[in-house]
Amino acid sequence: MKKILLGGLAAAALCVGSPAPASAQFSDGVIKIGVLNDQSGTYADLSGQGSVWAARKAIEDFCKAQKCFEKIEVVFGDHQNKADIGAGVARRWYDVEQVDVIVDTPTSSVALAVSQITREKNKVFLNSGAGASELTGTACSPNFIHWTYDTWALANGTGSAIVKTGGKTWYFLTADYAFGHALERDTAAVVEKMGGKVLGKVRHPFPAQDFSSFLLQAQASKAQVIGLANAGADTINSIKQASEFGIVQGGQRLAGLLVFINDIHAIGLKTAQGLTFIEAWYWDTSDDNRAFAKEFAAANKGNRPSMVQAGVYSAITHYLKAVHALGSDADGVKVVEKMKETPTDDKLFGKGTIRADGRKIHDLMLVEVKKPEESKGPWDYHKIIATIPAAEAFRPLADGGCPLVK
Amino acid sequence: MTNRSILAASGRTSSGRTASGRPASGRNVELIVFAVLVAGLTVAPLMVYPILLMKVLCFALFACAFNLLIGYGGLLSFGHAMFFGFAAYVSGYTIKAWGFPTELGILAGAAVAAVLGLVAGSIAIRRQGIYFAMVTLALAQMVFFFCLQAPFTGGEDGIQAIPRRPIFGVIDISRDIVLFYVVLAIFAAGFLIIWRTIHSPFGQVLKAIRENEARAISLGYAVDRFKLMAFVLSATLSGLAGATKAVVFQLASLTDVTWQMSGEVVLMTLVGGMGTVFGPIVGAAVIVVMQNTFTGFGEWVLVAQGCIFVLTVLLFRRGIVGEIVALAQRRRGEEDAAPPPVAEPADKQPPSDRGGVRASAAAGPSEASAPVSS
Amino acid sequence: MFELLGVPPQALMGQLLLGLINGAFYALLSLGLAVIFGLMNVINFTHGAQYMMGAFVAWMLLQYAGIPYWGALVLAPIIVGATGIVIERLLISRLYHLDHLYGLLLTFGLALIIEGLFRQQYGSSGLPYTNPIPGGQNLGFMFLPWYRGWVVAFSLAVCLVTWFTIERTKLGAYLRAATERPELVQAFGVNVPRMITLTYGVGVGLAALAGVLAAPIYTVNPTMGSNLIIVVFAVVVIGGMGSIAGSIVTGFGLGVVEGLTKVFWPEASATVIFVIMAIVLMVRPQGLFGTPR
Repeated sequence: MKKILLGGLAAAALCVGSPAPASAQFSDGVIKIGVLNDQSGTYADLSGQGSVWAARKAIEDFCKAQKCFEKIEVVFGDHQNKADIGAGVARRWYDVEQVDVIVDTPTSSVALAVSQITREKNKVFLNSGAGASELTGTACSPNFIHWTYDTWALANGTGSAIVKTGGKTWYFLTADYAFGHALERDTAAVVEKMGGKVLGKVRHPFPAQDFSSFLLQAQASKAQVIGLANAGADTINSIKQASEFGIVQGGQRLAGLLVFINDIHAIGLKTAQGLTFIEAWYWDTSDDNRAFAKEFAAANKGNRPSMVQAGVYSAITHYLKAVHALGSDADGVKVVEKMKETPTDDKLFGKGTIRADGRKIHDLMLVEVKKPEESKGPWDYHKIIATIPAAEAFRPLADGGCPLVK
Repeated sequence: MTNRSILAASGRTSSGRTASGRPASGRNVELIVFAVLVAGLTVAPLMVYPILLMKVLCFALFACAFNLLIGYGGLLSFGHAMFFGFAAYVSGYTIKAWGFPTELGILAGAAVAAVLGLVAGSIAIRRQGIYFAMVTLALAQMVFFFCLQAPFTGGEDGIQAIPRRPIFGVIDISRDIVLFYVVLAIFAAGFLIIWRTIHSPFGQVLKAIRENEARAISLGYAVDRFKLMAFVLSATLSGLAGATKAVVFQLASLTDVTWQMSGEVVLMTLVGGMGTVFGPIVGAAVIVVMQNTFTGFGEWVLVAQGCIFVLTVLLFRRGIVGEIVALAQRRRGEEDAAPPPVAEPADKQPPSDRGGVRASAAAGPSEASAPVSS
Repeated sequence: MFELLGVPPQALMGQLLLGLINGAFYALLSLGLAVIFGLMNVINFTHGAQYMMGAFVAWMLLQYAGIPYWGALVLAPIIVGATGIVIERLLISRLYHLDHLYGLLLTFGLALIIEGLFRQQYGSSGLPYTNPIPGGQNLGFMFLPWYRGWVVAFSLAVCLVTWFTIERTKLGAYLRAATERPELVQAFGVNVPRMITLTYGVGVGLAALAGVLAAPIYTVNPTMGSNLIIVVFAVVVIGGMGSIAGSIVTGFGLGVVEGLTKVFWPEASATVIFVIMAIVLMVRPQGLFGTPR
């Protein structure tokens, strides 16, 4: 009790001149945001410190525009892509360190675990980095919002766009674990629905170093499109080796089902050119985005932000709006309800909505990697070849099997 | 004093005098220390975050079980994660999918680990030293593959949201603090089983085998049976630890079956002191707390762990507890004016014959204490 | 058309060739391990990290000094080998009088440190390295990239030279003698500790060489070694620890076996080597080419 009062005083002291609502009640006088992601592993570049920066930036921008009447803190942690470590950090944050909201969290297994803990503790979990579409399906939660993308959206977007442009026959290179299987299953369903045909698939161990054997099998299938249902280093190595074996020159097309701009940066345009995949956000599409990317690059070793990091910015902006409107961050379910009621609007993702199952809805882009001669320099990588309108981009509400949807 | 004789002394501390030389007093001291430890732990949740304490306890039990094998049986298993991790899956699955009560789920995990230990053990104990380590590693990799593939484990998502059902239908463990005392009880029970084993005639034979296998055979002991029993016991208790961890974190995942986890338990035991009763507990606490403090700096955890490994191997091979015990003994030794044991000149250069491998197959920090005892 | 278990023979040929190429990496890496184990009795867990360092040094040479692949092929093994010599002198040499399990634990710790530092510095999504010999030749049954052909030919040559040096030259004879009877060889005026140090340097250099060869094929990544080291251990154990010829033959052989598994049961291709290792250890514990001693 005392703590709350003191916190309140501290908060009041912070916001000289801004009229604090009398009802303002923050769990401990502070809104504490925990960025939980991969700080050192495969996903460190697409989330990592960049996401922490994006979170801080979101707060800075928000407070400039709105005059914050409370203290907002950011902490971060490394889940090393391991569910037990992620769950451990999340629990400690909620139990001991009074964290109110966790953001980012790539790696589906960790996201599933954190979502469950968040629900148990009635806090808020805004996921930008993970793909699993169960998060808003069978495993959905009233304390959870899935911000940037999900496997269904990637599979559906890539699959339908490529079949439309003539890629009728498919062969899958699938990482042999649940995530890879889900990507393959969802994409195959779309391909077949659109009138395409799946000629076969090969499941490679996870993680793998050498893909030549699997690529050769894919080549022998004579399929027009080779779908890469894997992620991270596996995708990078498959693309690299596909180029080595002349797969693309041989007339086959590669479709990455989960590719980030950082992967393209690691592969290099020469090798990655022509690859098609889905992005939810790309830095070079508007002045606001470019300005954000420039500032981001200055603070992050010259890298440009990934869609995941941009998603963190957007999610926190909306969260702060909802908390301000409510005047409280104490009840996780209420905050998420408020977030769902309010349409989203920020400088990076523009206008959007959040559905009852926790799915944030916005347009997606189908991009193709530029040829080296088309690129003006580092990070100028994407050609936007189609926009998938928000209404079609994500899994229909009724199909997910989320118990929150009545 | 050469390193060799330090090592010899360490062997003596860990196994020789305290346990067999002065059995009664040594055992009493250990029991008193343990009682103080448990008493301290009962009030610890007031100050320390209970989940962290439970994690430490689970790993402490795991490391103690591992220590039974390396510290007292001289067998370095590089695949102990298979028992720890697989038992976690079994308990998670039986509790979540079959609706087992928590206590039965944990026991099921330990039981399956025992069976797995019996199978793996009967294969592995036929080899020694590095080859033993390699066989256990190979078997653990196969178990890992099985866990990755089998549908019931949920692949890399693991088994999530394992419910915490009341123990015996009455003790509500949904509150962390209550669960902590349950975990403490499990840990204490596991520890006492190991402690009792070490000091039983069975444990003495085990030590004899470690010190000099040929001699134990010539004395008429069915060496393989003793080793197998030790292996199964170690596997069972590792399984108990893993199953408990699954209940605490409500999660069973692939992390616990990877070979890196097998490496981690070696580190814990090494840091705390192989072949000491309390070493693994201290080692587990040090490593878990360190990992906890460094979250957010993944790569530095790796570097720090590596440094601990290197420093321990180079500077204090007896581990934290081993060094403390040795210090205490040196003081006492000065009183007794007992000369330090002189180790036999050992293979200065890498031994070229497989006999060398065999002799050292008796592994552990106390390999050199063989000459002392003979 | 005649098919074997549903796989056309031409495709099978292709897979066999690919297996051989992967085997080249196994052979080079396990050769380094076998040299170190055979002559020093140290199980070098750092080997994977040193392989990774080889790839990274090649990348750095290109990035910071503009030295192309062919220069790196010579320089990187020397540089990494030199760091190996420092490690041997400062750390490993203190453990020779102890059980070799300590050597294993020490090098395991070193591997963690090296990997951690590289992750800290370079992240882990990997860095690109351009293929020095792009293009390839269509062999009819498969497309063989020139670079892969080069890898297999070059590593075979390196393996043979190493084997010849150790088994058939005077220097090799000294080395083997120093392993068997160090005091005696020392008494003849040979500086045994220095020889051991150089041996470690050479073994590490071989790992780095494999790393340079791998850089254009795989991404240069701090974790590239830790995933491989366990498999290479298995290769060495299957071949017979310390057997030079054994490690070469098994390296190539297991590459082929793994390649075939990738066709018939791809999911199991990561585990097949461990299954073979367990069987071999049961039936012939000294390994396929080791001599029971």
